[in-house]
Amino acid sequence: MQDAKRPDQFFQRALAEGEILLPKCDDCGAYHFFPRVLCPHCHGSAISWKKASGKGRVHTTTVVRRKPERGGDYNVCVVELDEGVRMMSRVEGIAPGEVAIDMPVTAFVGEAEGVPAVLFKPSEG
Amino acid sequence: MTTELRGKSAIVGTGHAGFGEAHGLTAYDVMAQSALAALGDAGLNLSDVDGLLCTMMEDSMPALMAAEYLGIQPRFIDGTMSGGSSFVNYLTSATMALDAGLCDVALIVYGSNQRTASGRLVTASRPPAYEAPYNPRYPISAYAMAAARHMHEYGTTREQLADVAVAARAWAQRNPEAFERGPLTREDVLGARMVGDPLTVRDCCLVTDGGGAIVMVHADRARDFPKAPVYVLGSAAESSHRQISQMKDFTVTAARASGARAFAAAGVTPAVIQAVELYDAFTINTILFLEDLGFCAKGEGGAFVEGGRIAPGGVLPVNTNGGGLSCVHPGMYGIFTVIEAARQIRGDAPGIQLKDIDLALAHGNGGVLSSQVTAILGSQNTL
Repeated sequence: MQDAKRPDQFFQRALAEGEILLPKCDDCGAYHFFPRVLCPHCHGSAISWKKASGKGRVHTTTVVRRKPERGGDYNVCVVELDEGVRMMSRVEGIAPGEVAIDMPVTAFVGEAEGVPAVLFKPSEG
Repeated sequence: MTTELRGKSAIVGTGHAGFGEAHGLTAYDVMAQSALAALGDAGLNLSDVDGLLCTMMEDSMPALMAAEYLGIQPRFIDGTMSGGSSFVNYLTSATMALDAGLCDVALIVYGSNQRTASGRLVTASRPPAYEAPYNPRYPISAYAMAAARHMHEYGTTREQLADVAVAARAWAQRNPEAFERGPLTREDVLGARMVGDPLTVRDCCLVTDGGGAIVMVHADRARDFPKAPVYVLGSAAESSHRQISQMKDFTVTAARASGARAFAAAGVTPAVIQAVELYDAFTINTILFLEDLGFCAKGEGGAFVEGGRIAPGGVLPVNTNGGGLSCVHPGMYGIFTVIEAARQIRGDAPGIQLKDIDLALAHGNGGVLSSQVTAILGSQNTL
């Protein structure tokens, strides 16, 4: 459990094992993201880790325009998870310009810039 | 700033250097030339400066570098780095320092050679760890996502965003100091290269070289200088986040709070402000700040700027020098909002000089809509 007191390391190690964990405050019950040693809502320092639902919606989105020879256009977005936290990410599996605000998305652990990262795909059904 | 500090300090000199392209000069060279220009304007020398307020993009101890370069040993120093808003923020600390007797002559100064050095934003700032893997283009992606959300919630259109750039260009066309003075239409903006949807390259500020400087003294001696003093009637800051993913509401900035407190300190309302100088890094900024500072209601910024309403001859003069979109944008633009507001009040604006300006607003933005600082400046008549 010592790891759990090292928030960034704990999150990253879980991610490397394919699991998305979110920090949740024991005192006020609110989730937060990014991981840190205190709760940004009530400033308590008793933090637990919960497995993320993985369900969320695109809060806002953009297409980063890039020349085809340098890899082409890609999506950058901010997703709000059902737990109430937001994170930067990208939606894969559809064209970057097809990603829309309020679109339901599901998280998965993929890779970005050579490191494990939370990515999203459009939710089915 | 509280009402106790209203009018306690004054700007008695402004200057700039290296606008556009400053070939062969370093950022600190441009900084120093700007300092000399402002001190010359005030009839002072570098040896008179005992307060230095400065930050630069290049490294993490820029105020010390600047003092060393200038050959001065200031007894008051402020190098607070809140991005482009820093220089508006220094109006508060300079006023406090002058009023407390911590210094007698405060120099606010900045310089950059980012255009000729690299052609892109130069920054010592590191990408935030939880955003960096997704490769947002800093800072465009952040502002693009704010614009997208504003369009989604309020029906703001790309045409309305474009009209902000067109208005800025119309002011710049009458300003011989402005870098971009060619014609620009709404269609030009919409048809320009898309860089981060919904923003085209013409929705984005310039990348230029340039520096600016401001000399401030206590109000008690402000009338002893060659130029008419411009008083700081109120200034206030509020910061809400650093990373765009942490912004609570993408359509409301901390300018709502900084503006309300600056207006309260100055004892005035938006209705009496005669010139509005906003940090327009992107076209969405102007819309957000006009709303948040109270010039129009939330969500009505798009309609407010549409069809030349903030252009010359419109209902409200906004960014009368051409702004960061068309006049100058050397990495951080904040100091130029103060310089243009001061010059409009003094009556020596480089471009269109508005008539009988007693009250002007300067608003700085830093980071990715992260730090907001508002200042209300006034002439002798407003004391």
